[in-house]
Amino acid sequence: MLYFSPQTYRCMLADAVQTFPDECCGFLLGVENDKGERYLTDLLIVNNAKEGDKRRRFEIASKDYLRAERYADERDLTLLGVYHSHPNHPAVPSEHDRLAAQPFFSYVIVSVLDGRADAVRSWRLNDERHFEEEPIHLQQTEVSPC
Amino acid sequence: MATVIIPTPLRKFTHNAARLDIQAATVGEALQRLATDYPELKKHLFDEQGQIRTFLNLFVGEDDVRDLQWADTPLAPEATLSIVPAIAGGVDQWREVTFSKEELARYNRHIIIPEFGLEAQQKLKAARVLVVGSGGLGSPLLLYLAAAGVGTIGIVDFDRVDDSNLQRQVLFGTDAVGQPKVVAARRRLEALNPHIRIVTYDAVLNSRNALDILSDYDVVADGTDNFPTRYLVNDACVLLGKTNVYASIFQFEGQVSVFNYRYPNGEWGPNYRDLYPTPPPPGLVPSCAEGGVLGVLPGIIGSMQACEVIKVLTGVGEPLSGRLFVFDALTFETRTFRVKRREDNPLNGKNPTITELIDYEQFCGVKVVERPVREITPQELLHWQATGQAFQLVDVREPHEYEQVNIGAELIPLATVLENAHRLSREIPVVVHCRSGARSAKAIRELEDRLGFHNLYNLKGGILAYLEAAKPEVAG
Repeated sequence: MLYFSPQTYRCMLADAVQTFPDECCGFLLGVENDKGERYLTDLLIVNNAKEGDKRRRFEIASKDYLRAERYADERDLTLLGVYHSHPNHPAVPSEHDRLAAQPFFSYVIVSVLDGRADAVRSWRLNDERHFEEEPIHLQQTEVSPC
Repeated sequence: MATVIIPTPLRKFTHNAARLDIQAATVGEALQRLATDYPELKKHLFDEQGQIRTFLNLFVGEDDVRDLQWADTPLAPEATLSIVPAIAGGVDQWREVTFSKEELARYNRHIIIPEFGLEAQQKLKAARVLVVGSGGLGSPLLLYLAAAGVGTIGIVDFDRVDDSNLQRQVLFGTDAVGQPKVVAARRRLEALNPHIRIVTYDAVLNSRNALDILSDYDVVADGTDNFPTRYLVNDACVLLGKTNVYASIFQFEGQVSVFNYRYPNGEWGPNYRDLYPTPPPPGLVPSCAEGGVLGVLPGIIGSMQACEVIKVLTGVGEPLSGRLFVFDALTFETRTFRVKRREDNPLNGKNPTITELIDYEQFCGVKVVERPVREITPQELLHWQATGQAFQLVDVREPHEYEQVNIGAELIPLATVLENAHRLSREIPVVVHCRSGARSAKAIRELEDRLGFHNLYNLKGGILAYLEAAKPEVAG
């Protein structure tokens, strides 16, 4: 289960809508408890570094990745995942998403239809390198119950 | 000891360690060490061929090892090696594809196959395929790809349609003779399916233009008839990360394989250089023009090639990657051989040495051995004839060709040239000709190499050029 704080969720949707029709991308940070429940508290918006068609592709530069790891380290958080948007496409991972996917990370996809945020779904790679959907829960308060 | 920084997604394989001190002299050694110490980590660092995964970036300090010496980059004792996973993705373009009513009717028999369906048809329409060579293999290949609804088809061919093509190149009719092949092909394919886009390149594919042309396509289908172009297409595909659907034919035998295929897990399949590390000695394997080919064979093999292109594009079925299919039309026997990636593959083995396109004519030894033979132009020959110069004229074509048209030469078919060498003069010039100049050049090289002739001349352009040159004089 992936728990979003209201602030993190709002920022992510705002980024997806503002970047439309291009794809947005960023990092999701928080803590994971021993039951495997993930509580997202922080979000890092990152530039889409893809040269060329940003409406269909996103790429995060290595220096931005290292910055996210440092950010997590300094605040005692865990880098739990990556979000990106699918402009005018469903919130389902593409073949491109799957090929580049890392284990452990939650891949959150925001579907943006005609400039409005639609579905938000999260996916994680299993041991066979296939995506399995991870349920999302939007918390009502900013307090993390960890 | 160097410090290796493990990225978050891989920490579950290092017992949650974020930094590890490793005794290693190079980047490659450090990764090997990690894989030994943490076996579960191995498949995330290396692919099945033992290569460092393409979706990993490695930094020594602030520097990307791609700009240094890759795996051989030295690690100083105080150095920091950061493993950075590439984070990328995006949407599938094919999902945007829609069809008109006419297209739905046209592709109905595809769409109603449960394993194929609308999704595979969308993938075909979104796809871009480059067909290199529109001859014997290219004909069925192009016809079926166009009929199947591949959205964009590129065709590279420099040749013009010749009478001798029509026995197997079913893309062309009698009315196309003399036209550039790409022009005739485009006309035929657009008539077959107006819902697709044909892009033509009336050019020789070479090391200067190949990367540029290929980069616009998803999949390349190689239907060429010579080794330099085969290696060129292969190398360009590997350098650009494109799948190369390969086929070749000779006399009664055909081969098919899928090279540089990207498996769903991100691994790359073997390529042409894994199957044939070095080209055969020049002249050992004759081309269709020299050795002939049963006309229906490219029809069979080219259709199989089209089938593999469609499978690769749609993801339906199991592509012929890592396998070489061989068909013998004489015995009607088929065999399938396993092909594995080689560590010494100069393109993507352990120590790649080819990082850009090379001179393929030279690589295949074509330039070295196929040295130019002494030539005589039709005009010069006509002049010799007109002025009564002493010379001998020899025709190395087959008897039935000779019957059709000849210019009064002695007939000695190519296969019998050596045993009939005593019939050739060593005193006066001997002009050797065939249809267009290829077989006569071969005859001259053999006679020079084996029997030391020094007085042989190849009629440039063969009897075709001679008749063309003689025509105005006849008319005048």
